[in-house]
Amino acid sequence: MTKKIRNLKEFSTSNDRYEGANLMCPGCSHNIIVREVLNATDNPVLIATATGCLEVCTAVYPYTSWDVSWIHIGFENASTAIASAQVMYEVLKRKGRLPESTMRAIEEGREPKFVAFGGDGATYDIGFQWLSGCFERGHDFMYVCLDNEVYANTGGQRSSSTPIGASTTTSPAGNVSYGEKMMKKSMVEIMADHGAPYVAQVAPNKWKDLVKKIQKGFETKGPVYINAMSACTTEWKHAPENTIDVSELGVESCVWPLYEIINERDEHGIIYSTKLNITYRPKNKIPVEEYLAAQPRFKHLFKPENRHIIDLWQKMVDIRWENLQKREEAGV
Amino acid sequence: MAEKMQLNEVEVWDGNMAAAQALRQAQIDVVAAYPITPSTPIVQNYSKFLADGYVDGEFIMVESEHGAMSGCVGAAAAGGRVATATSSQGFALMIEVLYQASGMRLPIVLTVVNRALAAPLNVNGDHSDMYLGRDAGWINLCSYNPQEAYDMTLMAFKIGEDLNVRLPVMVHQDGFLCSHTAQNVRPLQDEEAYGFIGEYKPVNSMLDVANPVTHGVQTEEDWHFEHKARQHNDLMNSVSTIKKVFAEFEKLTGRKYDLLHKYKMDDAEVAIVALGTTVESAEIAADRMREKGVKAGVLGIRVLRPFPFKEIQEALKNVKAIAAMDRSAPGGTFGMLFNEIGAAMLQSGKTPVLLNYIYGLGGRDTTIAHLTDIYEQLDRCAKSGKSEYPLQQFIGLRGPKLSFY
Ligand SMILES: Cc1ncc(C[n+]2csc(CCOP(=O)(O)OP(=O)(O)O)c2C)c(N)n1
Ligand code: SF4
Repeated sequence: MTKKIRNLKEFSTSNDRYEGANLMCPGCSHNIIVREVLNATDNPVLIATATGCLEVCTAVYPYTSWDVSWIHIGFENASTAIASAQVMYEVLKRKGRLPESTMRAIEEGREPKFVAFGGDGATYDIGFQWLSGCFERGHDFMYVCLDNEVYANTGGQRSSSTPIGASTTTSPAGNVSYGEKMMKKSMVEIMADHGAPYVAQVAPNKWKDLVKKIQKGFETKGPVYINAMSACTTEWKHAPENTIDVSELGVESCVWPLYEIINERDEHGIIYSTKLNITYRPKNKIPVEEYLAAQPRFKHLFKPENRHIIDLWQKMVDIRWENLQKREEAGV
Repeated sequence: MAEKMQLNEVEVWDGNMAAAQALRQAQIDVVAAYPITPSTPIVQNYSKFLADGYVDGEFIMVESEHGAMSGCVGAAAAGGRVATATSSQGFALMIEVLYQASGMRLPIVLTVVNRALAAPLNVNGDHSDMYLGRDAGWINLCSYNPQEAYDMTLMAFKIGEDLNVRLPVMVHQDGFLCSHTAQNVRPLQDEEAYGFIGEYKPVNSMLDVANPVTHGVQTEEDWHFEHKARQHNDLMNSVSTIKKVFAEFEKLTGRKYDLLHKYKMDDAEVAIVALGTTVESAEIAADRMREKGVKAGVLGIRVLRPFPFKEIQEALKNVKAIAAMDRSAPGGTFGMLFNEIGAAMLQSGKTPVLLNYIYGLGGRDTTIAHLTDIYEQLDRCAKSGKSEYPLQQFIGLRGPKLSFY
């Protein structure tokens, strides 16, 4: 049963299963995205969280921000934990051993949903093997990457999601360095290439788009990957009140394109067709420079000797945007 | 529903088959596993049972041992019976999650077929992996032959899932020496085995959606200590459940187990303390020594964690010379058994001679002759009342003798 959502006010207060007043920094996007995901459905949700900001700030004994069943094992394995919980669900359902409350929910048409949240460190790097394994095996769950492009919880080290030119604590800008040297890994495409039936990129400011994709994901059988832009006030170094504005600049400059990839496949994983849809098209694509200028992690790029990195950024974003449109048009 | 398997009164099983059969009879809900020699056949046997309809659960063939134990933790937290198997490097890869499983109080069963740790790479048996995991907060049961591997695995479920315990349990057996050696095993029939273990009773199940639970929280200095203390307390107290389950098993099968396996210990003056298949070899050596008039005994550790401290003091109280046999590279100190037996004896007020023998690394054969040599040394020490040899000796090693202290 897909939950009907009319307006933001109603949406934001519709389902209090996650307490936003927790230990996260003011203006943290992680909080916003988690609420958006949970509020997208009235079904019971079981959650696994990887080690990272979300985990350490929301379940500090004897408190918890979660009014849903929640598990944290380690930095790497949120995907395997929740995928295996889902397998247990199937087994207990088959054997008639599910708790009564869950049986009732199923009868009411509210099947439990299984979600893992991981930061980009947990997703792109250390937990990639587990994530890849779960997707290859076709587990029925949703993985949401809270992509703040940095290891925030351990103090802002680079990850393989950190974009070129960002200054982090392990790729600092300095007299002879412009910061991070490598391009960001294309996680959305990598996960789509696992043959996942549904993969999407979202941003918290475009909440309707996000909710629609989450709902689509919940209706999909098999592994679903959601890559969510998660502006981090502490490591992107913008003011807390600017979180949504920064996300907006990311979307409007096409640094963070909103799109989805749908792999139509049978139960054996044979893919019959791949379709890419761009779900938001900026009316006036703004220069990348505006996005970079809003975040002090890129401040040094505006020095004359580093300007070429801004040009590189623009080139990279243009090529990618072009390619996405080509793929959309070609239906592949 | 799973098909029943008709078993003979006596089956010829190796340790791996024995463990796999026990897993089958426990009707595990979810197994998440990854293969590694010498425990691979457990996973393979189990898959075949599944393919033939003898198991009604799910088998997740994951991409690594870390994934296997992660899957076990997630599935167990969801509220069903869970188990897996591993050895050596796979065990080492699981280590992070082994602590997480016990910290979350999930009664997972792990059958460990013991094997050396690289480097150098070696697929054969020693106890390096067992020693690596000894502080992970799990109950550790040791089996010396396929029959015991079967019995201990069945009992592991009942012990770990007991509501007073709720802790994960490892069942150890020696790589190849037990895992690949076929012997007569007397199994229980399926209903009997399942009836003994009982149905799984979920605690704090994530799947009870009306009662959400939080597993694996963050605690810092304000609560971590209390959590770990409580966990330790319950692990220490699990002894009473272990004894209870051993007793129930004896009633059912006539096979008697205790925290320690004692052979001719009543009047022993010299004793070998060991783990694994060496216990049975030492029994033969003890018999030979007895023929020569030496009062030799063997003490096998059956329950390594919780460590049977008092029982060891009691069993060794009249022994004059003891060999603590460690089948793991000691890594810069004495072997674990030496240290732990030493601590027990120190507190008992008795001061027997205690020697540490490092043996059998990487599957090196340990012969009856080696063990009778050890008894000879012990006998000499017992007679003189003092240590006549270096405290730590490597036995069965090629080249010059190696000893310390
Ligand atoms: C095996 C392991 N290695 C390292 C760590 C330390 N650690 C904890 S959280 C973290 C970074 C998390 O970064 P990310 O996944 O991007 O999430 P964020 O905190 O940015 O939301 C690291 C390195 C750990 N917990 N476990
Ligand atoms: S450091 Fe960044 S990601 Fe972490 S809580 Fe603060 S704003 Fe959120």
